[in-house]
Amino acid sequence: MSKPDLAVSDNSRRNRGADRKPGRWAWRGLAALVAIAVVAGAAFAAIAWRPELAPVVTPARAAFAPQDIETGAALAAIGNCDVCHTVPGGKFYAGGRALPTPFGTIYATNITPDPATGIGRWSEEAFRRALRSGVARDGHHLYPVFPYDHFIDVNDGDSHALYAFLMTRTPVEQSALPNDLPFPFNWRPVLALWKALYLHHGGFKTEAAQSADWNRGGYLVEGLAHCGACHTPRNAQGAERRDRKFAGGSSEGWDAPALNQTSPAPVPWTREQLFAYLRRGVDDVHGAPAGPMAPVVHNLARVPDADVRAIATYVASIADAPSPAAAANAPTRPAAPTTVTSTTELSGAAAIFAGACGGCHSGLPGASAVDIARSTAINAPDPRNAIRVVLDGITPPPGERGPLMPPFAGAFTDQQIADVLSYARARAGRHPAWNDLGSQVKAIRQGQSKT
Amino acid sequence: MTQININGRTREVDADPATPLLYVLRNDLELNGAKFGCGLGQCGACTVLVDGEAVFSCLLPLAALDGRAVTTVEGLGTPEEPGPLQRAFVEEQAAQCGYCIAGMIMRAQALLARTRTFSEQDLREHMQPNLCRCGTHMRILRAVRRAAAAMRAAEAVPLRKEAAR
Amino acid sequence: MTTLAPSRRQVVAGGGALIVSISLGATRALAQGPQAAPPTPPLPGSLKGAPMLDSWIRIDADGAVTVFTGKAELGQGIKTALLQVASEELGVAMPRIKLVTADTATTPDEGYTSGSQSMPNSATAIRNAAAQVREILLARAAERLSVNVERLKIRDGIMIADDGSSVGFGELVGNEVLHVAAQPTSRFKEPSTYTVVGKPIARVDIPAKVTGGVAYVHDLRLPGMVHARVVRPPSYGARLAEVDPGSVETMPGVLKVVRDGSFLAVIAGREYQAVQAMWALAQTARWIDAKQELPDQAAIYDYLKKLPSRDTTILDRGMIASSSSVHSATYHRPYQMHGAIGPACAVALYADDSLTVWSHGQGMFPLRRALAELVGLPPDKVRCIHMEGSGCYGHNGADDAGGDAALLARALPGRPVRVQWMREQEHTLEPYGPAMTTGVTAALDRGGNIISWQYDVWSNTHSTRPGPAGSLLAGLAVASPFPAPPPAVIPQPEGGGDRNAIPIYAIPNAQVVHHFIPDMPLRVSAMRALGAYMNVFSIESFMDELAKAAGVDPVEYRLNHLDDARARAVVRMAAEKFDWRARSASPRGRGRGFAFARYKNFAALCAAAVEVEVEHETGAVRLVRAVAAVDSGQAVNPDGIKNQIEGGVIQAASWTLFEQVTFDRRQITSRDWSLYPILRFQAVPERVEVHVIDRPGQPFLGTGEAAAGPTAAAIANAVADATGARIRELPLTRQRVKAAIGV
Repeated sequence: MSKPDLAVSDNSRRNRGADRKPGRWAWRGLAALVAIAVVAGAAFAAIAWRPELAPVVTPARAAFAPQDIETGAALAAIGNCDVCHTVPGGKFYAGGRALPTPFGTIYATNITPDPATGIGRWSEEAFRRALRSGVARDGHHLYPVFPYDHFIDVNDGDSHALYAFLMTRTPVEQSALPNDLPFPFNWRPVLALWKALYLHHGGFKTEAAQSADWNRGGYLVEGLAHCGACHTPRNAQGAERRDRKFAGGSSEGWDAPALNQTSPAPVPWTREQLFAYLRRGVDDVHGAPAGPMAPVVHNLARVPDADVRAIATYVASIADAPSPAAAANAPTRPAAPTTVTSTTELSGAAAIFAGACGGCHSGLPGASAVDIARSTAINAPDPRNAIRVVLDGITPPPGERGPLMPPFAGAFTDQQIADVLSYARARAGRHPAWNDLGSQVKAIRQGQSKT
Repeated sequence: MTQININGRTREVDADPATPLLYVLRNDLELNGAKFGCGLGQCGACTVLVDGEAVFSCLLPLAALDGRAVTTVEGLGTPEEPGPLQRAFVEEQAAQCGYCIAGMIMRAQALLARTRTFSEQDLREHMQPNLCRCGTHMRILRAVRRAAAAMRAAEAVPLRKEAAR
Repeated sequence: MTTLAPSRRQVVAGGGALIVSISLGATRALAQGPQAAPPTPPLPGSLKGAPMLDSWIRIDADGAVTVFTGKAELGQGIKTALLQVASEELGVAMPRIKLVTADTATTPDEGYTSGSQSMPNSATAIRNAAAQVREILLARAAERLSVNVERLKIRDGIMIADDGSSVGFGELVGNEVLHVAAQPTSRFKEPSTYTVVGKPIARVDIPAKVTGGVAYVHDLRLPGMVHARVVRPPSYGARLAEVDPGSVETMPGVLKVVRDGSFLAVIAGREYQAVQAMWALAQTARWIDAKQELPDQAAIYDYLKKLPSRDTTILDRGMIASSSSVHSATYHRPYQMHGAIGPACAVALYADDSLTVWSHGQGMFPLRRALAELVGLPPDKVRCIHMEGSGCYGHNGADDAGGDAALLARALPGRPVRVQWMREQEHTLEPYGPAMTTGVTAALDRGGNIISWQYDVWSNTHSTRPGPAGSLLAGLAVASPFPAPPPAVIPQPEGGGDRNAIPIYAIPNAQVVHHFIPDMPLRVSAMRALGAYMNVFSIESFMDELAKAAGVDPVEYRLNHLDDARARAVVRMAAEKFDWRARSASPRGRGRGFAFARYKNFAALCAAAVEVEVEHETGAVRLVRAVAAVDSGQAVNPDGIKNQIEGGVIQAASWTLFEQVTFDRRQITSRDWSLYPILRFQAVPERVEVHVIDRPGQPFLGTGEAAAGPTAAAIANAVADATGARIRELPLTRQRVKAAIGV
């Protein structure tokens, strides 16, 4: 099964067919090239080739300890597995979701235990290898959109629990869609080079001086939770930049704000606030998750308190978060004068803000949503999260409690949204105005209407 | 003084520009259709059309309405001459208390203005922002489908005539 | 007297009408009963309280017919059904009849519009009154036309003799001929000749509701009307320590800041000005919480059961102890809210030492008594007029808003004051449906049949309706607060927390105990179906558990314990229409459930069969389809009944799958729809079918609340069928189902 991985792509096969017969004069040069290619190819093959691992009969539920399945469920939730491996509204873990990357679109695979189309014939060893090094059971390389650069340090016990969880899901027969990638990215062996460069152990190292909580959090954050996959910027090869760890990245057209000291949050996050945000889906000071972060937090609802607390502890430490006592004593910027109690009429963006946003985002005691002056999105260097939230709103899963902000896409023109966001940013009073906001609103709105 | 276009007529409103459209409609213009439900954009009782899009009028300040066209349920027809959706809601008896219904009709109107052909799932997703507490949902969905069918039939008539020629 | 509030005299004087009799004094006397010598046998329906025919039906000299009811349109379609009944028995076409609903100045006092009693009480009264009026008019027409009564026909308000001569109703009504006491029995039309009753007549109120007509008290716009908003305390019973009205009084449009003890409100010329001023005023207010903190929500059922209770054995058919097959279960239901889409609203005008209040409350006469006490006027100086509101499903903020409006109108005499609650006020202050716990133990014989049954229900009261002024939020907040009335038991056979606690099934030995808990940690009152929702959920869940233990199909099991023919017919109808017998292997994650109840054990009978799908990974329950069968006696408007049952099924599905009021130790945290989610369109079932079993000639039974309990239990039974997990605590949230089914 290793052969197909080394087979040339459709494109190169076509090119070869188009070649004319070489002239006699070329024979010697060609022979030399072939010799070089053979040597290089052999060397490359040695790096790139991975063996197929023997198929197994899908293990029965009884093969696993119930506690392991239970643990695996929580770990899968931390790993956010369902988000990529499930089409919205589709069968869980059956894959098929389109994952757009700068290199093309990759379709998530079926990780249900279906023998034909899923991972039903994968041994635990095959699963572990895939998890930690991005190689499928048959030996082909997997794209790093599957974040094995984080999963590489998942320990054996957790790998076993995840395997136990996935192998006891409902099998779904659903073949993966072919990826939509141009050459050379559609040639999987090239991934071996990527791995040689970017797949390393040691994303997290236990520190004896730190609390057990912090160490647990670090293991999860750097590993299964793969927070850096979004919150760390990537280089041209699509790898996380280790020099700018947690300095802010992007995901699905959203900004993933920096988690380190460069965080745009006007009020530094405390551990307790992070815990509230991750556990209950809202923190009174910082607000609610939106965009791709919303399902992350939704999944964390299935995770034991202790692990969520550990994650909060570690993430708080990334930015050197203040202790609760220090946070309480920290001089907080006085809230901007509120418009809702204004005794004079407002006009333009101020009036729009007062009538549309002020009821919830006034910052007054009892207001139901985050004070706009404290909003991370409003104080971020890039306006796109603010634009997207205003356009789309925030919707909790059907029937569930959670922050709800209505979409304003239909209510306001591009310019009105730009104006009201500029007003809100000025009102927060921390950063200079965003440039060219109107055209950014327009671009994001048009991008939306395409999908 | 702000000029807004309501149901095809230009109206002058003398109110604080921050005032949400809902209060202007109900109090200044004496239009009862849009209702106060939550003031938070969570229930849709206040839904009206602005430039053809369904919006929550409780969160749409007067200041944002300059030069834009607002349609309320009053603009779709009268008891004597109901519009297709209004007629369908009566025919399906799609109301209990009826407090949410004007908002439902306006949300559905935005869909029908875009397309007369939609799947059941599309319809439900489209109506998701609007709450009904009486449990009239089945009838509301039926009424929207009925209106769509009536509109399709009305549009098909000239086509058939053409084909016959 | 004012021009805005037509006086008694104006109303009575209108158009040479017959109804000179229902002066306020007379109506009150009639309403209160004792002074009016009750004829024997008792008069049917609400005629008991208002026996004069012209309290119900007035015919003007020009033939115009007006029907009066003390009941209110709540969105249940009662106007249409009452008009149908009147039209049928009178022989006057519906469009020619004007219906006047609950108004203390003009209509009979029929108490509250609640408990699915409008049809049994008001429609029965109107039907009898209409039939008797018709007979009186027939006799007079026969005399006038010199023909035998048998030779007369009625065609839309005109008596026509077979010789072609005719006389209109209006010509027959002189000399107060209808000002006579009703007779206990009436000569009704033969049901087989009905042309209006039993027909799916289109509702009279819908056209205005779909075109923006004035349909609700929220739409009432009186000349000179001003707008008010109330600033409410952040927690139950918090007292207002200080407030600075000065900064608010200078805001644009503000007319007055009103403070009376802890009652704090602002009146402004424009509505949004009032809203802004309310926000500003709230910022200056400092409150002191009541000493009593709220219980821990996580342990609420233990907490409630440990409170002192007054226990009543409401059924004692003996117990036997010995059986080899004994089963027990405990069920819980959280606090749940009515959740009207439109928050409470009222308009009030205080002028010339009299008060008029337009309200969407369920009882204008009881509200009048409460408001009179609140503002210190004699009741005859207070008039309460019902106008529709957003559907209420029981006692919500409507009466309280009436109290707010009354106080504010008194503070600004001569101007109509409109007050509407904000969303978070309705969510956090309305009186909820109480949290409840039930416990049941049953013994089976060798054949699996139930031989003994012990049932206990723990609950707060299910009615804190006005009541005295102390039952209104405003009455409790003022500087000299009115005492809150002690919570009351609603006795059997209606019952409150114990409504439907007595099993309808044939069980030889049974005991049922109602543990009434007077202390109310959260504000509670009547919510659609009252205790019946929880008791039917419990009993019908348990019936399935017993059927499973007995190895009998759940529908068969119920039929094995049902003697009543109408009950059996309803159960069979639902099962047949659902195709219950054709049980093929359900796809994985799908299940079916059945449940049945007769509301209050004497009102409408309803059976529900549902199919659900449970998503294993999340525990999310999707209601796929529901089939209900209902017997409401004589069906006046079959489509109205269907609409009520469909709505009942969907609303109960929302309660059952999603709803619970949340609170911390200080305050209610279910502040809006994001924190108290209810069913939205994507959770609506694919199909809901309602099959009405008509019972011509049988009494009207009332339909509004019949579907709630059966729906809840049918869903729980279907979830158990789909997953093998029996969940006995409501609601069946995703998380709870997931926890029950495991990974």
